Amino acid sequence: MAKELIRFENISKSFEGTTVLKDLNLSIHENEFVTLLGPSGCGKTTTLRLLGGFETPDTGRIIFDGEDITALPPNKRQLNTVFQKYALFTHMSVADNIAFGLKIKGADKSLIRDKIAYSLKLVGLEGFENRSPASLSGGQQQRIAIARAIVNEPKVLLLDEPLGALDLKLRQGMQYELIRLKEELGITFVYVTHDQEEALTMSDTVVVMNQGIIQQIGTPEDIYNEPQNAFVADFIGESNLLDGIMVRDCLVNLGGLDFPCVDTGFGENTPVDVVIRPEDVELDASGIGQTSGTVTSIVFKGVHWEILVESKIGINFLVQTTEHYPLGSSVGISVDPYNIQIMHKPSSEDERVFDQDETVSGENYEP
Amino acid sequence: MNRNRYRLLSIPYVIWVIGFTLIPILFILIRALTDDGGAFTLTNIVAIFSPLHRKALIMSLCLAFISTLICIILAYPVALILRGSRIKKKNIILFILILPMWMNFILRILAMQMLISNNGIINHILELAGLSPMNIINTPRAIVLGMVYDYLPYMLLPVLNSILSIPEDVIEAAKDLGSDKFHVLTRIIIPLSLTGVGSGITMVFVPSMTEFVIANILGGGKIQLLGNIIEQEFTVSMNWNLGSGLSVSLMAFVLITSFIFGRNNESTATGITI
Amino acid sequence: MISKTLGKIYIALIMIFLYAPIGVLIVLSFNDSRSRVVWGGFTLDWYTSLLNNSTIMKALGTTFGLALSSALIASVLGVLGAIGIYSMRQKGYKLMLFATNIPMINADIVTGIALLLWFVRFLPLGFTSVLLAHVTFNIPYVILCVLPKLKDMDIYQYEAALDLGAKESYAFIHILLPQILPGVLSGFLMAVTMSMDDFVITYFTKGAGVNTLSTLIYGQIRKGIKPEIYV
Repeated sequence: MAKELIRFENISKSFEGTTVLKDLNLSIHENEFVTLLGPSGCGKTTTLRLLGGFETPDTGRIIFDGEDITALPPNKRQLNTVFQKYALFTHMSVADNIAFGLKIKGADKSLIRDKIAYSLKLVGLEGFENRSPASLSGGQQQRIAIARAIVNEPKVLLLDEPLGALDLKLRQGMQYELIRLKEELGITFVYVTHDQEEALTMSDTVVVMNQGIIQQIGTPEDIYNEPQNAFVADFIGESNLLDGIMVRDCLVNLGGLDFPCVDTGFGENTPVDVVIRPEDVELDASGIGQTSGTVTSIVFKGVHWEILVESKIGINFLVQTTEHYPLGSSVGISVDPYNIQIMHKPSSEDERVFDQDETVSGENYEP
Repeated sequence: MNRNRYRLLSIPYVIWVIGFTLIPILFILIRALTDDGGAFTLTNIVAIFSPLHRKALIMSLCLAFISTLICIILAYPVALILRGSRIKKKNIILFILILPMWMNFILRILAMQMLISNNGIINHILELAGLSPMNIINTPRAIVLGMVYDYLPYMLLPVLNSILSIPEDVIEAAKDLGSDKFHVLTRIIIPLSLTGVGSGITMVFVPSMTEFVIANILGGGKIQLLGNIIEQEFTVSMNWNLGSGLSVSLMAFVLITSFIFGRNNESTATGITI
Repeated sequence: MISKTLGKIYIALIMIFLYAPIGVLIVLSFNDSRSRVVWGGFTLDWYTSLLNNSTIMKALGTTFGLALSSALIASVLGVLGAIGIYSMRQKGYKLMLFATNIPMINADIVTGIALLLWFVRFLPLGFTSVLLAHVTFNIPYVILCVLPKLKDMDIYQYEAALDLGAKESYAFIHILLPQILPGVLSGFLMAVTMSMDDFVITYFTKGAGVNTLSTLIYGQIRKGIKPEIYV
């Protein structure tokens, strides 16, 4: 893997008594597209603001390119931010916005002019120099905000939910645009979003966070296919999240029925969380399967049908399939052993939010 | 991160507040609670209830109350009419209505005096028209007229602001749910404009309650308001302790009264920005 | 339709009520007659005599000088104060807002007397004491004009400036100040007007030698008024 560029070491942060980040450790590498993903209030934006220098951690250090930058003010950091609502300087022209950082560095005029033109070309807005930010559409403002940041040639670009304010079509277009930009610039992107689709589409690495704690770090495929705990499984994509009992290695009991699986090392007769993705539940119109059930709802979703099946073992399965099963019909249900994902149950409410590898220390039990 | 340092910017202002707002109030309180020799006494505070002062207090309360009421009655329809009209330049009308505020206070009173004095313009016109002249100057009515004239803009501004800022869709929603015009007025517009009326009341009642200039010019010095008595204690009788005591009691009265019928909504008084 | 017309008539009446006295005042300032009522022909004599009357000119100078300087001082203190208050936590914020409202809610007569009682302890009454008093009642107007602008301001623009390498002072001048400038200007104008309009507080804090236009006119009213004052 590429060289490590940023390291968060034991970062904790609280605001007026509310803990936002608990002992966060995270490495970000050169030329990596890292996405911090989680629901609102999970600490992802705080993590980004700590990196940008807009907040200081209560404890811990931030290492950037081998140097401790924990106390460095934002204007001394070699990274730039694309703000959620763009934060364009409304009293300046597009060109002045983009030139802002260069002027401070004292770059000469012809260089500034060239760079403005280059960065505008990069974001596909040639000729917009003299426009006022207020006259631009949301998507265009977004591009100017990106141009304003990258013109300073930062080593890292921080993006705080930059697509949040755009409509769906534009958002999807910008996702590919951002991937292209990153490839052209060859720099590190740290991206914050609550949109799992964005995270899975663009990232090299996804960091799933909840309640100030990293839940899982991995490639989009890892995160989707091998969620490490119920939170990740639930947050990423749709899933059937079931209570089960691990009978022994490679055999899990759901609703009284044993299903073969591929996971080992959970002990015998251990309660576990089980994830089955809706597209992995196989239905059979002739009723053949590991168990059977009745179709209680069917909704057309475009590429697939979304079906609810009430099974004989008392479990309601959410199923996505390209075939149509009439309402009320009996179907057979089966799941491939490889598609059953077994996870430890959290041993307490607090632990629920912890990474599997983390040990629970006493302080976390404080009210 | 820089919040802490930015807070330091207010230090000069904090010092100013302590030096020129809080300490003077402390001084007036001390004066009010002591006699000539500096001994503690409540005489100056309760002096407001002595027969002479009580008469002035009641007069002040009545005139201020009537003036405030007239201001509301005059201002509210203006706001409703402006809201209902399709006039595009509502802000310009609003501006014209409150522009007199920018004219010197004493001059406005003086102008009013010229209009209504016995040999003033109105009587002159009445005379030309063959009508009998009216005798209004040096009566409580003249003082009320002066107060209304002077303070009406202070009522117009917050009332207009609050009524004009009610979103149209709220009213449309009420109509959609079956409200007729009267119902919209009583159930939507009036409740939503109460904060504006409240700050208008404060802005009119407080100065008219403590007035002495209008009473001196339009009342001809014949009608004694509490403000006049306090002023005389400081400029003529030179009994500063009594003057302070009366001021403190007066302020207590003002605060209590405006709290009772205005709910003292000082935060909306900030609507004076244009 | 009828109600629309009635509405317009009503507003027109209110405007006449508000403007008629002022109009009369202006007309009288051109009246070539000592009487307040009788029109003796158009004249600019009163304006000439105004320019030659040193007492009035001095009061005029004092009024404008006082208004501008007190508004300027109030603006500087008020802007800094507003930014400070804006950055405070809940408790301090509320406390300072309350303190700011005191001179606005307090009756002028009480403020004037309170300041008088305090000033006589350490300061000869005169221009300085009036200036201090005017700054005191002007600052709240500046703060209450600037504070909403600070609240509406896009704080991320300020952070973006830091992010792009600006020092705090640079970001303050180039990003923050332009955003709150309309508030500062309206605060300044409010302060100027309030200062020019004030009579009561000036009356109590001015001492013998100093006169603003307001106190001068008030003094003249007892003696009988010459039209030059209407100007």
